[in-house]
Amino acid sequence: MPNGQEDATTVFEPRIVAFFCNWCTYLASDLAGSSRMKYPPNSCVIRLMCSGRVDPQFILNAFAHGADGVLIGGCHPGDCHYREGNYKALRRFRLLRRMLVKMGIEEERVRLEWISAAEADRVRDVIREMVGKIRELGPLKLDLVPKAEMTKAEELIHA
Amino acid sequence: MSDPGLDCRIGVYLCHCGSNIAATVDVMALAEYARTLPNVVVAREYKYMCSDPGQELICTDIADKKLNRIVVAACSPMLHEKTFHNVLSRAGLNPFYLQFVNIREHVSWVHQDHKAATAKAMDLVRAATRRVALHKSLEKRRVPINPNVLVVGGGIAGIHAALTMADAGKHVYLVEREPTIGGHMAMFDKTFPTLDCAACILTPKMTSVGSHPNISLWAYSEVTQVEGYVGNYKVTVCRKPRYIIEDLCVGCQECITACIYKEGKTPDAFNQGLSKRKPVYLPFPQAIPQKVLIDPDACIEFKTGKCKKTCVEACAERNAIDFKQQESIEEIDVGAIILATGFRTFDAQRNAYYGYGQYKNVYTSLEIERLINASGPTSGVLQMRDGRQPQSVGIVHCVGSRDQNTNRWCSKVCCMYSLKLAHLIKERTGAEVYNFYIDMRTPGKGYEEFYDRLLDEGVHFVRGRVAEISDWPAHPSEEGKLIIRAEDTLAGFVRRIPVDMVVLSVGLEPKADARDVARLFNMSCASEGWFLERHPKLAPVSTFTDGVFIAGACQGPKDIPETVAQAGAAAAEVMALIDAGEIELDPYTAYVLEEHCSGCKTCIPMCPYGAIAFDSVKSKASVNEILCKGCGTCVSACPSGSINQNFFEDEEVFAETEGVLLHA
Ligand SMILES: Cc1cc2nc3c(=O)[nH]c(=O)nc-3n(C[C@H](O)[C@H](O)[C@H](O)COP(=O)(O)OP(=O)(O)OC[C@H]3O[C@@H](n4cnc5c(N)ncnc54)[C@H](O)[C@@H]3O)c2cc1C
Ligand code: SF4
Ligand code: SF4
Repeated sequence: MPNGQEDATTVFEPRIVAFFCNWCTYLASDLAGSSRMKYPPNSCVIRLMCSGRVDPQFILNAFAHGADGVLIGGCHPGDCHYREGNYKALRRFRLLRRMLVKMGIEEERVRLEWISAAEADRVRDVIREMVGKIRELGPLKLDLVPKAEMTKAEELIHA
Repeated sequence: MSDPGLDCRIGVYLCHCGSNIAATVDVMALAEYARTLPNVVVAREYKYMCSDPGQELICTDIADKKLNRIVVAACSPMLHEKTFHNVLSRAGLNPFYLQFVNIREHVSWVHQDHKAATAKAMDLVRAATRRVALHKSLEKRRVPINPNVLVVGGGIAGIHAALTMADAGKHVYLVEREPTIGGHMAMFDKTFPTLDCAACILTPKMTSVGSHPNISLWAYSEVTQVEGYVGNYKVTVCRKPRYIIEDLCVGCQECITACIYKEGKTPDAFNQGLSKRKPVYLPFPQAIPQKVLIDPDACIEFKTGKCKKTCVEACAERNAIDFKQQESIEEIDVGAIILATGFRTFDAQRNAYYGYGQYKNVYTSLEIERLINASGPTSGVLQMRDGRQPQSVGIVHCVGSRDQNTNRWCSKVCCMYSLKLAHLIKERTGAEVYNFYIDMRTPGKGYEEFYDRLLDEGVHFVRGRVAEISDWPAHPSEEGKLIIRAEDTLAGFVRRIPVDMVVLSVGLEPKADARDVARLFNMSCASEGWFLERHPKLAPVSTFTDGVFIAGACQGPKDIPETVAQAGAAAAEVMALIDAGEIELDPYTAYVLEEHCSGCKTCIPMCPYGAIAFDSVKSKASVNEILCKGCGTCVSACPSGSINQNFFEDEEVFAETEGVLLHA
């Protein structure tokens, strides 16, 4: 984990899991790439065919395994490639967020955004904002987060 | 979670993409790291994984090292996932044993910090190895393709595409919203740079469309619903009432002459409102179909029910007029769709300082196209609204284009059509013509030569954006004139040029309803509103919706040669698709684990396609594979986890999520 407790000077780097729909937000993030837009490297995209596939368990699972934030990206209302998957995503998202807040997970840590294939700047802005916000909030402190060991990955990078 | 076990042998392939990835991500470290991951047998990096030698590398390893799972980390799966599916197939492996990782668009191109980018690439590769271990072998579904095609929009793009395919023996439905096909091109007198007569090249093509045995031409019609998927679209078309029975009307136009209105009273849209038409009319003499129509808002019979109906009398035994006609709904089945809905011109009133709509001698370029057209409102005589011929004309380029306040893009054709209009105006009236331009953009075959010709013809060119057009004279010589104020950036001072007539070279904009049309056909618009192509260079006429193609100015500003080239390309793509006879569909369908399903029916209303049925004998849900489009919305709704989705299995997504978060 980049936020080593052993070194108080390192800034906290939030980790965000981004579930993006294949037809809108994934394409927008591709466009951000081909337009060489810059945003912080704190999120990893998991591609799903539709935001409607985002099972609330995916979000819980992400938090349980150390995510500091979860971002869901889908097509704008009315633009869903599968007609209405995004509406269903929205319903589930609202319910789940209420529950998460009760569990002590701040509202800002889960975000659902409608981002069309053309809105690369929106991908950039949302990720920037989210990273900034979560940096302020600090790491998610859930007791269930398993302690990660110092890893091969870091050794290799620091080498 | 099921354990992939010892027999899972993963090969990881990392692409440099030249320096596109390697300049930011430490690909060597990434390979070294990948080798430490569980089940990874081999990890290699290579300059271009998608090249022949790159692909060969994977094939050889699969055979030599008995690999059964492959991770490729390169560019976007939208670009090359298919390429590597084929590699696996060639090597005798099920293509879905591949996980494709995007470390270019999502990493190297968007991040600057090399360490952080490399770390993120490691996270993604680790996630992929975890996920791929759980992949199952899947079969693509094959469905037959309906060979009929729908073309929407009958401008030059739609016309050319329809004819190309119809000549090749495909049945084409051409749906045009207006009462005639022809689009913008039908309005022009001449076309740049050759100055050939627009009607001479367009009209024969329009006639062929009207008479082609393989084309069903439905003008004055609109698509209202689209269902289905590539190869098998079901399209609903609403045919608006013309109040004329098309099959009976012979286009003699006797009804128009006989109409009790001696003079037209309704502004003629085709002539940009520069003339008036009667309630029963033909949009222009060469309109196709050559069938008149009645405008119910203008017709006395519709308004009062008490007209003498001289039109009906004139139509006599042909009996083509039917005041009771209703709109009709047609349903057609097609395999592919080409959208060619074109553009609209910029509304010049939005730039208030140019005085359009305020000064009667300020015109748009499209109005001038009609005014100089031999079949236009003045039979081709360039007359101003007061009947005078202009002695001096100012043509203002880039109106509504290349402007932060309106549209940022270059409308591409305005420079050239402004030159064309300058030439035609000078030729017809002998007036002094001033062109005000920001930059002259003439990149096309014979275009620069055309510009040189205009320079020789004595047309004046002033480089600088026009600030204002007014009728405030500062000198007696400016009395009664329009005064154009512009900075001459070559001479270095501000000029006032008085002219009789101003032509605003309005730019091209997406049609007002482009977003609705995009939605109807399940595709996207770019941020400006032009239809979004699948890839700007490699797939310029394809969209992200398989089986839906775009051509012409609906994709972005284009001149006629480019439009025609694109229309031909779209027609070729469609034919390549439908001539294959059948199509492969992704196997990402949902399936029910019957032993777990409690028959609660939660999933059934979730599916937008009605693909889930309830089997009342077994009391279980069951998914119809043919109808399922693989969104997975039902899967995340099932309370007992008894529906799952191929390739997006819960376990696979969990493994990927844990993979990006947890260091191994
Ligand atoms: C003033 C002016 C002068 C020009 N002069 C030249 C020239 O000299 N040479 C040259 O090469 N280019 C010229 N151009 C550019 C030229 O107009 C375009 O390249 C060309 O018209 C593009 O053709 P298109 O078929 O894509 O679009 P359009 O001509 O716009 O045709 C689109 C058609 O689709 C129909 N349609 C739209 N929406 C729907 C819908 N939802 N359902 C059904 N039908 C629909 C429209 O009614 C229309 O018939 C000029 C442009 C302008 C504005
Ligand atoms: S009904 Fe009367 S007004 Fe209408 S088109 Fe016929 S003649 Fe003209
Ligand atoms: S995956 Fe989507 S399309 Fe398929 S059955 Fe489920 S809801 Fe219907």
